[in-house]
Amino acid sequence: MTATTAAASAVPPAGPSPAAESLARRARWRWWELALFAALPLVWLLVPGQSLLVNEIAIVALFAVSLDLILGYAGIVSLGHAAFFGFGAYAAALFAKDVLPDPLIGLAVAIAASAALGLATSVLILRGTDLTRLMVTLGVASILYELANKLDWLTGGADGLQGVVMGPLTIPFTSLPGFAFDLAGRTACAYSLVVLALALLACRRIVRSPFGASLEALRDNRLRASSIGVAVSLRLVAVYTLSAAIAGAAGGLLAQTTGFASLDVFDFHRSAEVLLVLVVGGTGYLYGGIFGAIVFKLLHDLVSAWTPQYWNFWLGLFLVVLVMVGRDRFVRPWTWARRRRAA
Amino acid sequence: MLTLLFDGIAYGMLLFILAVGLAVTLGLMNFINLAHGAFAMAGGYVTVLLMNRADVPFVACLVIAFFVTALVGAVLERTLYRPMYARPHLDQVLFSIGLVFIAVTAVDYFVGSMQQNIRLPEWLQGRLPIEAVGIGKYRLFIVVVCALLTVLLQWVLSRTRFGSRLRAAVDDPRTAAGLGLDVDRIFLATFAVGSGLAGLGGALGAEVLGLDPTFPLKFMIYFLIVVSVGGTTTITGPLLAALLLGIADVAGKYYIPKLGAFIVYTLMIAILLWRPQGLFARTATR
Repeated sequence: MTATTAAASAVPPAGPSPAAESLARRARWRWWELALFAALPLVWLLVPGQSLLVNEIAIVALFAVSLDLILGYAGIVSLGHAAFFGFGAYAAALFAKDVLPDPLIGLAVAIAASAALGLATSVLILRGTDLTRLMVTLGVASILYELANKLDWLTGGADGLQGVVMGPLTIPFTSLPGFAFDLAGRTACAYSLVVLALALLACRRIVRSPFGASLEALRDNRLRASSIGVAVSLRLVAVYTLSAAIAGAAGGLLAQTTGFASLDVFDFHRSAEVLLVLVVGGTGYLYGGIFGAIVFKLLHDLVSAWTPQYWNFWLGLFLVVLVMVGRDRFVRPWTWARRRRAA
Repeated sequence: MLTLLFDGIAYGMLLFILAVGLAVTLGLMNFINLAHGAFAMAGGYVTVLLMNRADVPFVACLVIAFFVTALVGAVLERTLYRPMYARPHLDQVLFSIGLVFIAVTAVDYFVGSMQQNIRLPEWLQGRLPIEAVGIGKYRLFIVVVCALLTVLLQWVLSRTRFGSRLRAAVDDPRTAAGLGLDVDRIFLATFAVGSGLAGLGGALGAEVLGLDPTFPLKFMIYFLIVVSVGGTTTITGPLLAALLLGIADVAGKYYIPKLGAFIVYTLMIAILLWRPQGLFARTATR
């Protein structure tokens, strides 16, 4: 990265430069981040009865984190992020069914496939306004939906891809027998949590780096960022590809842990839901997706148990209220009355 | 072949009437309203319910559908939409998706999720007695109504006092307000008319497009295509885009049914990649 070398060469022998110091401050671990990472294994140990739910939450969280990379850090509004999620899901499911049932290699394939798709479609989001980008992302997801629907010899069409049987989860570089995926979802849950933790660590490293800082710069003002020498298009391509890869990992996890991939993974609902999840948790600090996923899934469980058919109504109402109150204030109820008086 | 072309034109005209209100909200207020299809659905359901349960004649239903949805649009604009104009696009997207979800489930709850059918009056059924070209009477009716509306719209926008006020408000709301125009009221009226047209389109299209509670989601992308491909600065842009889309969709589904909507989406992405502001946009707007 050019920014690092520039910062490093500018360091005077006496001590670190202000720029390097501020970058180091960005990268410092906070106590709550450590607590969050420590909580992940605890969840697995403490709520063994809810493994399936935890697994779902982890997958949605991972998906939302991937969206946060482009929305929260690079400022790209996407209505078709499910394209990558679904592509990863189908890639993992097809790989397990037709080539090799090993989950780790399958996950790698899903990530690589989605990353390739992200790279290929990233040219589409470089130009135009927010509306153009919305349309193009939505269009890509719709095309994939149509493809998955029509190529029924490959994907099973509207019936979904059935009969995906996963092999046991082995630990790489050991000769242990590995863990089979069980019905209670203990293995699946641990697997998803580990992938989530690894992805979070990788993303954390990336967004706290000078590269991440340059992303925020171009989100806030693209013209200025390019005039101080940030290669805007390249960075957008890079972050879009990365985000696609992580979304693909989330989709792959879903397909592997449920043993099923259906058209639903490309659906517009998915793209809209992940937006909501991320927005509930808060954008632009990487962990928003996790909190959003927890809130969203628990709420979903509650409301679905109460009125299974009309979950969408409450989802819509929630969205409208959320935006009317204001995204940034929604998590801080004590500010609601204050701002209203000021307005 | 000619029949296909004619069906495509009818479909395109219908899409134009449905989407023209969206073109105005997007171009005028720079507001991304994904809930536009919900107004169209409202118009469709007003017609269906009035015809099937109260035996109101079809043409009267169309008029009622227009006014009911315009009224709903006006009320919503005043209460919910107006605070959203100044918000970032992400907020607008979330807000309008929320409205769509509410509308879809509300209709599902009150009317039921089955497809609704319209019994057309006698004089609109069947085909014209011309051998070479099979022209459905109802398609012809759609084309005539939509063409009349288009001419009327164009006339209002370019020749009347309201039209010039509206164009002033489009170009620069602040200056227009500074010159004493009541921009809020212009927006309100425009939004109401746009919603009303969507409702009318939904009522006209219930027979052709099919009407069930998922209507706003199914056709959302089509409306957006019309607007984003046509550009939001003129009225002829969306019209041409809608005709193009209608013909491409009908022809594509007829000749290559395997691919379905695939062609339309690919075409849209290609056009937006080539001209991100839309095909017929003036250069450098905003």
